[in-house]
Amino acid sequence: MSEQLDTTPTTGPVLSAVNVTKQFRVAGGHITAVDDVSVDFHAGKVLAVVGESGSGKSTLARMLLRLMPVTSGQIMYQGKDVTHIKGGELRKYWTDVQAVFQDPFSSFNQFFSVGHTLRRGMGRQHLSEENLDQLIETCLGYVGLKPADAVHKYPHQLSGGQRQRVMIARALMMNPKVLLADEATSMLDASLRVSALNVLQDLRDNLGLTVLFITHDIGQACYLADEVVVMEHGLIVERGTTDAVIFDPKNDYTKRLLADVPDLKGSLKVRKDG
Amino acid sequence: MSGVLMRATNVTAVYAADSGKDVPAVDNVTLEVPDGQILGLAGESGCGKSTLGNALAMIANPPLYVVAGKMEIGEETIDLSTLAKGANEVHRGYRGATVSLLPQGAMNAVSPTLRIRNLVVDVMRAHKRDTTKEEALDRATDRLKMLEMPTRVLDQYAHQLSGGMKQRMVTVVSTLLNPQLLIADEPTSALDVSSQKALIEMLLAMVEKKIMRGVIFITHDLPVLSMVTDRLAIMYAGKIVENGPTEELVNNARHPYTSALLSSVLDPTEETRTKHVLGIPGSPPNLGNPPSGCRFHPRCKFAMDECSATEPSFLYERDHAVACWWANKHAFETVPMEVNQA
Amino acid sequence: MTNIQSSAVVAETEGPLVPPEPGAATKARPAWRSLNFGPRLWVSAGLILLITLLAFVGPLFYPYAPDQKVGSLYDSPSAEHILGTENFGYDTLAVLMSSTRNSLINGLLAGTLAVFIGVTIGILAGYVGGWLEELLMGFTNIVLAIPSIVILILISISLQSTDIPFLKGIVGLALVIGITSWPWTARAVRAQASSVGTREHIDVAKLSGARTPGILLFDVLPYLASYVVMAWVLQLASAILAESTLSMLGLGPSGTNSLGMQLHWALAFQAVATGAWWAFLPPTIVLTLISFGLLYLQSSLDEVFNPRLRRGKKKNLAAAAARRAENARKLAEQNEREEVTA
Repeated sequence: MSEQLDTTPTTGPVLSAVNVTKQFRVAGGHITAVDDVSVDFHAGKVLAVVGESGSGKSTLARMLLRLMPVTSGQIMYQGKDVTHIKGGELRKYWTDVQAVFQDPFSSFNQFFSVGHTLRRGMGRQHLSEENLDQLIETCLGYVGLKPADAVHKYPHQLSGGQRQRVMIARALMMNPKVLLADEATSMLDASLRVSALNVLQDLRDNLGLTVLFITHDIGQACYLADEVVVMEHGLIVERGTTDAVIFDPKNDYTKRLLADVPDLKGSLKVRKDG
Repeated sequence: MSGVLMRATNVTAVYAADSGKDVPAVDNVTLEVPDGQILGLAGESGCGKSTLGNALAMIANPPLYVVAGKMEIGEETIDLSTLAKGANEVHRGYRGATVSLLPQGAMNAVSPTLRIRNLVVDVMRAHKRDTTKEEALDRATDRLKMLEMPTRVLDQYAHQLSGGMKQRMVTVVSTLLNPQLLIADEPTSALDVSSQKALIEMLLAMVEKKIMRGVIFITHDLPVLSMVTDRLAIMYAGKIVENGPTEELVNNARHPYTSALLSSVLDPTEETRTKHVLGIPGSPPNLGNPPSGCRFHPRCKFAMDECSATEPSFLYERDHAVACWWANKHAFETVPMEVNQA
Repeated sequence: MTNIQSSAVVAETEGPLVPPEPGAATKARPAWRSLNFGPRLWVSAGLILLITLLAFVGPLFYPYAPDQKVGSLYDSPSAEHILGTENFGYDTLAVLMSSTRNSLINGLLAGTLAVFIGVTIGILAGYVGGWLEELLMGFTNIVLAIPSIVILILISISLQSTDIPFLKGIVGLALVIGITSWPWTARAVRAQASSVGTREHIDVAKLSGARTPGILLFDVLPYLASYVVMAWVLQLASAILAESTLSMLGLGPSGTNSLGMQLHWALAFQAVATGAWWAFLPPTIVLTLISFGLLYLQSSLDEVFNPRLRRGKKKNLAAAAARRAENARKLAEQNEREEVTA
């Protein structure tokens, strides 16, 4: 089934946000959650969007996923404007652009078994039962799970890390070109987190998957990302390669963010000095 | 080192499961907090660190039962068991005044329509019924000035404060009675890094100014712990596996679990950029039916025959204790970090 | 604005870590199997069952039919006619059974209809939101604002003069009650549905290509199921009471038996004044028992569905407590022994 997951190499960005703005109406006016943001996602790369709470990074993600309407601006996918597509076209978009969300608990319909969750939405692919089983095995294999250990289980029988892996496998079932991970690892324990990040890394390296990694944790971005975008109050304040942004930040906010991150061994020293 | 502020011995706490079986979440744990120091309690979800915190703070409620344990704090010796008759009445006398707990998500528990000053008065009155409003507010104002925090916060409503400020205020309020020991459960986890830093600096100032004589800081976030603690205790599956000075533990981990945890930390450094961490294989054990011997042995890369057969007891090297067969055979050696990486 | 982040980094909630037992027990076990049916549920379900049996099975064994003249106006209870006769000289118990049957059928029809309309409107409004929500909730509020008793009276009068036989009887009345009593269910369901609608699994379903009807049916409705069942039970009770009220006021379907009609005739023929208690007391008691049973069922269902209200079985709790005390004693002994040897 590996050819199923091949990405077609394209020139230019796979997915981009062009001057996207999102305003929410609140009592006595409105707040701008995402302010005229433009960002490109290149095929086969991991791009991390880093920001603290209220930076608008998750709002941006939901707009890219077309789960939330934009106030203005465009979402472009493979050169096509997908900002306002609907119905069947939108469902087609969702086979190419998939996501894994933050909460490994509420991402599951607790009434469905893992097998059911994985099979859902595969009806339109017109796969034979055998091929479908094979696809499930392949996708669970990508995240280090075996069908026998997972498909008959219900979400409450899995650990947080396993659930998040099943969610990644579910996204892969659709044979997506882009995978959007919205704080997908932040509720996991550190040791499970690295294995989830490794899975994303492998998917990029082996399948050429484009990953959009949204996080508040600059350390995770550092481990995984090729490029980093830093957001503050709805604006992109800095962007560039991971090395440039993290090791040679230009923007004050990025500098402050990096200075405030507690660092396992560095902080020890800071304390000694202070 | 100065004396010991608190020594908890043989603490065992169980959850009553629906099946009628008791699941030990904290299993015969012994722990010390040195006077004037901050002890970090680290471990992954479900390792029992919060449960231990609740047991020490004497707020265990069904289905959690503390079945054994003694705590010596200052001059007092307290039976932590919640099974004894009248235990709750005895424990109530110590709560807040001797041991104060800052529970997980405390800042979200504050009613948004309450002014902080009302919270201050309520908390003071809960312990000393005849406290006047003025006394309570004076005390809070003094405390805020001492910590160089703005006193106008007292007149604001909880919803007007940022998450970080709210958490700092809750911390200040919960230590107004100068408890000997503060137990802070994941106080920084929901905060942005800048607020995290502010809270940590405030805690350090509080200890320095002797508002409390010791802190147990519970979190899964090792970098935060390395910043704030003097000593670290690592828990796995209801037991403490390693306990030592923070700096030594971070640099010379003696237990393979500690080592795996440390290497899972992703700091924004050049090293992180190039390393490939493997994570810990397998999943944490079922506490209702824990593995024999050392509970970490099914996931340990150094597991030997004795690991599954016998539970290792603590090996003390100066003030660094570790319960591990590998460490027993490799005195003073650091667990090679390479095993956790590829 | 992005509430997803506010609860950010908190790790999995700590608690008893009881992953599924390995081996045989890992077989899929649907969530309902772990439901806890307490004694309250059995009592209330038993009561309802008893009344249902009386209404549907009782007439098969009872020698008299409800339309069989066996005596004259208000014959006192006797060995032959345990509850005497009512105003037309029919056997009161026979009439009572037939009335109960009709009242139950009426309640079932009306309650189901009300819940069906209420859930459909509520779920659509709550999940879809936007202008549809405004429209549906506006409509609901209008219906809610009209005094339903007036509508009920008007429609039932017009139904009595209708030519369609189907609508003339108990079914017609049930329809009327059903279509006037759904609004509060709709409002409550809307609130629940809109909260379920913000769960991440809805987004996941959308990304999996599920269409709105499928999402409503498989991703929203199951989460409301416990709530809908409880609303249905309450609607049953209130429909039965509504029917009785109308019938007692003389607006019920003439020529059919129902608990309300029975009371109506008892009032009309001066049963209270003449002391013929057997004419009005039995239907009153049955009505009380039905609504008591249903309300009790509802509150015990709340306990089944809501684990927070769940209380364990007393016997098991006591056994577990005893076991816990025994373990605690052993632990204490062991700790003492260790202290002595140390």
